[in-house]
Amino acid sequence: MGFINIKKKEVQIKIVYYGPGRGGKTTNLDYINKKYKERIKTEMVSIKTHGDRTLFFDFLPVEIGKIHGFDIKIQLYTVPGQVKYNATRKLVLKGVDGLVFVADMQRERRDANIKALEQMKENLLSHSKDIAKIPLVLQYNKVDLKKEGVEMLTVEEMEHDLNRNLKVPAFTASALVGNNVVDTLKKIISMTLISFRKELE
Amino acid sequence: MYNVSPEQLESIDAILQNELMGIGVHSSILIDMAGNTIAHLDDGHCSFDVVAFSALAAGNFATVDAMAQLVGEQQFSLLFHRGESESIHFSKVNDEVLLITIFGPEVSLGFLRLKTTDVVKKIQNIWQQ
Repeated sequence: MGFINIKKKEVQIKIVYYGPGRGGKTTNLDYINKKYKERIKTEMVSIKTHGDRTLFFDFLPVEIGKIHGFDIKIQLYTVPGQVKYNATRKLVLKGVDGLVFVADMQRERRDANIKALEQMKENLLSHSKDIAKIPLVLQYNKVDLKKEGVEMLTVEEMEHDLNRNLKVPAFTASALVGNNVVDTLKKIISMTLISFRKELE
Repeated sequence: MYNVSPEQLESIDAILQNELMGIGVHSSILIDMAGNTIAHLDDGHCSFDVVAFSALAAGNFATVDAMAQLVGEQQFSLLFHRGESESIHFSKVNDEVLLITIFGPEVSLGFLRLKTTDVVKKIQNIWQQ
């Protein structure tokens, strides 16, 4: 849950990147970390397995400047994508203010996307949060693989599978080269701040 | 989204200062379970990254809590990591807030536990307001 520190005139916001395994959640944070190096005062924290997969979360704090005189501090988290780590995913969702769901556009990952979104909905409910009410952006990642001849889902199929009921903003992206990574981030930050606006004013 | 009034934060800072910093701990941090830092005091010699520390501490506490429930415990009453020159003590204030104390070998764990129990009660009272 976002925390407004009136004494220090500071707002802390938690944004979680969620999605199926090997979908590009950590790659999103890696790109943001490189791109905004000057605004990020500390090292990105990653709790990984020996195989370099996310075990618990990645954590990256980003300062985006002032709004209504308040310093806005964004804390970006990822969750581990592998199916077996659901207990950990649930823990990372505690107090989440905004979500980016990173889906994989490869056709073979179609079921994994749908299942991960379903599970996210359930995990949010376990924290008494409704997926329809929390700021959420979808990212259809790995669009660059089309050039490599990989069999891909179309944007229409992605929309049908994941966004036909939610109707939230969605971006095609390539986290590896950074395409639309920043747009996704900007969108979720602005949506989250809008949901806080009343309290900030 | 929630906020704590400047008066409440002042009172919390005063309690941490008098009760914990006063007995020689290196740092005391009040965080929420989402990993946000609510209050932070140190003795001027700590140079670690408090933001990352809070995120990891919230994750660590939540993990141990989930482990407790798996083995049929409500919670583990003592959560403590001992190091050579720095040790870390966790106390749950309520379902949303956690008090973390970092201290050296010159402070005894028993005395610290007595003090934190006291501090937790005082912070609970402030939180209820």
